[in-house]
Amino acid sequence: MTTKKFMFVNRKAPYGTIYALESLEVVLIGAAFEQDVSLAFMDDGVYQLKKGHNTKGIDVKGFERTYGALEDYDVTKLYVDEESLKARGLTADDLCVPVEVMSRAAIGKLMEEQDVLLSF
Amino acid sequence: MLNIVNKSPLDRNTLQSCLDANTGGAILLIEDGVFAATRGNAFEAKLKAVQGTFKVYALGPDLDARGFGDRVMDGVTVVDYAGFVDLVAEFKTCQSWL
Amino acid sequence: MRISVLVNEGPYTHEASDSAFHFVRAALARGHDIFRVFFYHDGVNNGTRLTTPPQDDRNVVNRWSKLAQESELDLVVCVAAAQRRGIVDEGEAKRNGKDATNLAPGFRISGLGQLIEAGIQSDRLVVFGD
Repeated sequence: MTTKKFMFVNRKAPYGTIYALESLEVVLIGAAFEQDVSLAFMDDGVYQLKKGHNTKGIDVKGFERTYGALEDYDVTKLYVDEESLKARGLTADDLCVPVEVMSRAAIGKLMEEQDVLLSF
Repeated sequence: MLNIVNKSPLDRNTLQSCLDANTGGAILLIEDGVFAATRGNAFEAKLKAVQGTFKVYALGPDLDARGFGDRVMDGVTVVDYAGFVDLVAEFKTCQSWL
Repeated sequence: MRISVLVNEGPYTHEASDSAFHFVRAALARGHDIFRVFFYHDGVNNGTRLTTPPQDDRNVVNRWSKLAQESELDLVVCVAAAQRRGIVDEGEAKRNGKDATNLAPGFRISGLGQLIEAGIQSDRLVVFGD
């Protein structure tokens, strides 16, 4: 099968809307199709990776653990926009998985190299 | 890369994010994104400032629908849906800044 | 050129489905091949035949159905998103013990793999959403 570079661009916070969760479901399928998958997190999308989700009180399925499971699917390219983290009082230590923190321009450059860009 | 922006820059930071992530290319404003291309809006100066590096397009039917068909700022090219299709074909990838 | 389209929003609340429809129609008129239109998130709501808009408004669902018939479009509704939101065909109704179906003509329900496949098989994938 043809392998293409798929990047998932995440710019939305979790739980307020379903986009983050359903995006993650596509990521897993993309990995199952053995595509070259990467994820970019910018703007409120960086909130998806904040560790310590506890969704008991809102009775919604939490999905923090799914980010940790991405490695099992060979999805290891997680890029996080530094400015977005900073603007939200966060550092890489606040995130639930290891990521590559980079400038927004660097993420933009990676976007240019993709075959398919998916945003939700 | 073709950047597609569908949010008003006065409501969301979508267009700003798009500008920050790119060093150039094309931007197509559709839906509420077309407000960015209208004369006298608070984002006009910012969009003017990047016109050397970005080619900016706005979708005519969305401008018309909102009553701004005759108030498009200079330097923005108005296209119809066929023009939208041509832009998609012209660039290898497109990113919808949702 | 072979183009696929992803629609992330339902009809009426957001313009995404309208934009996608006009785009697809223009692409066909330009001689492009539409490989697939994939409906995800609330976009699956574009596939219910029970939609009844006022007579002076467009019928977003019927419009897709008609274009699918005329141009042999492959309109795919994501199964997981559809189950969450109650978009049901006969197979799904049987499998999940539902007493009704509502999938509009020209649409089919299938998995997310169809979206990834569309990305692999198409020269371009255009996303419409909120």
